[in-house]
Amino acid sequence: MSEFVDDEVAMPEVVVAGGQGFYGDTPTAVDALLAEGVDYLCLEALAELTLAILQKDRQRDEARGYTRDLPAYLARALPFVADGRTKVITNAGGINPTAAARAAVDTARKLGVTGVKIATVVGDDVLARLPALHADAGQALAHIDTGAAFDAFPGSPLFASAYLGARPIVDALAQGADIVITGRVADASLFLAPLVHEHGWSWDDWDRLAAGILVGHLLECSGQSLGGNYSGDWWALPHPWDLPYPIATVEADGTAVISKPKGAGGRVSTDTLRHQLLYEVHDPARYLSPDVVADFTSARFEDLPDDRVRITGVRGTPATDTYKLLLSSHAGWAGEARVAFSWPDAYEKAKATAAILRKRVELAELAVDEWLVEYWGVNALGGPTVPPAREEPPECTLRVAWRCADQRTAGLVGRELVPLTLSAPPAGMTGAGRGGGGSSTELLTIWPTLIDKTVVDSDVRVVLEEVR
Amino acid sequence: MARLALRELCGYRAGDKGDVANVAIFADDDETYALIVREVTAARVKEHFGAMVLGRVDRYQAANVRALNFVMQGALGGGGPRTLRADGLGKTLGGALVRLEIDVPDSMADRRRARPDVSWADEILGEARTSLEPVSEP
Repeated sequence: MSEFVDDEVAMPEVVVAGGQGFYGDTPTAVDALLAEGVDYLCLEALAELTLAILQKDRQRDEARGYTRDLPAYLARALPFVADGRTKVITNAGGINPTAAARAAVDTARKLGVTGVKIATVVGDDVLARLPALHADAGQALAHIDTGAAFDAFPGSPLFASAYLGARPIVDALAQGADIVITGRVADASLFLAPLVHEHGWSWDDWDRLAAGILVGHLLECSGQSLGGNYSGDWWALPHPWDLPYPIATVEADGTAVISKPKGAGGRVSTDTLRHQLLYEVHDPARYLSPDVVADFTSARFEDLPDDRVRITGVRGTPATDTYKLLLSSHAGWAGEARVAFSWPDAYEKAKATAAILRKRVELAELAVDEWLVEYWGVNALGGPTVPPAREEPPECTLRVAWRCADQRTAGLVGRELVPLTLSAPPAGMTGAGRGGGGSSTELLTIWPTLIDKTVVDSDVRVVLEEVR
Repeated sequence: MARLALRELCGYRAGDKGDVANVAIFADDDETYALIVREVTAARVKEHFGAMVLGRVDRYQAANVRALNFVMQGALGGGGPRTLRADGLGKTLGGALVRLEIDVPDSMADRRRARPDVSWADEILGEARTSLEPVSEP
């Protein structure tokens, strides 16, 4: 372990916080974290679905494609950044990190903050190079889950984002960046980067890298590690209307203590944390991050007083030679509608209405490629896991969704529901859902695959700009 | 021997990656963990979800946190940006899994996890009435 990093004394412990868990999370939550004096505020803004949303945004306007709540977050953090108290790391760049950086610079200027260095990490977007990478550079791009060959890819890719690791962020921090904005860097790697930078961990110190990735995984979904989506006694958590966001204090040996802002609600316990530990994880003994393969089953959790949990013993093994790569393509248009039915015979009314709609659509010669019928209040969420009802439901909401090849047809299908207001089974209460009022939503297929790190890394760059 | 739903024995959380859903269940003590390791097999879970899960179900153990993790292929109608399902991210599949009933020893037959007490919600809602109460507008 090196004691010195960039001629500065390595921090005995580094305090990182998870200030955002998704695009749409609340910026106000970061105030309590900043008030705690955290060294790094990490804002995790992306999910597979988010990339799809950002793609639609960029289709409408080339200057978009990043999460547009970034300025709201930065406005809160910038006073702390300008004072040198806190640095910010975020993947809010989505599929357009350069545009996100421009928005960040504009935000700083508007607030009269100068001298702050903003780094942009680019190179995760391999869309333009994809045909060459596949044809010439031997990248198979087979579907990660189904094994389907790339020849079966439906249509042409709309975006192609490689999940980069912590390295370019560490490079940016070494260059003096105060704010680092990336595109698709893997969620947990955002949190590993400051630990590597401050503690001087080497890139083959697998156990420490794994400890950092585990901490990142616990922090990347904001409130979800401190009582959000918690299946324990969720009703007994203090201040459930204002769940805090998590803080990790990480020592140079990888020992971490998870905590929350003083006086905040929620709870930090082994139980709340283990819920997050396995969230969106496949094999917990082999959690594949770009930086290390982390063994989440090796971690020891120890409850400490005052809502703190100590984590030790995390082990890791060498990272793989590939990055996850997410491809996407257009998959048609969806519409949906909801109609609520009352007792008696609510389910039967709902079912008949779904059938009547289908028949009307057939008679109108509207082409629907896929139908989905859900009976809310009966078995919409549980499907076949729901046992047959012993008595009829007091009410039932029908939700019908459909997929069509074109947007206009998807809208026209929804219109077929409107006459049923007066000409259908009794006492239905129509609520316009997606497409119910004639509008529709674009669907995107996602195709997760793998790509060799070497062919991506050659194009990864850090661009540094000082706000003047 | 008695039958008991997993809801009385385990916590749960579900998430998504593409068209793959994962559901983790959590035991509170070693005896319960040993029981779910024995009873809640991948095959049982696959059968439980029926037509909801088109592909394979794999099970992983995390003994350090007394958890089982079930990874279910083809479980989300094509995945978040593609699915027609209301719950396109599979958030509710944890609840669906703990509906599964397993054989438990008689000594565990009376186990119940606590039920919610949301009296604090009544305090907040105050005058705002539920749909079951008559509303008199001023």
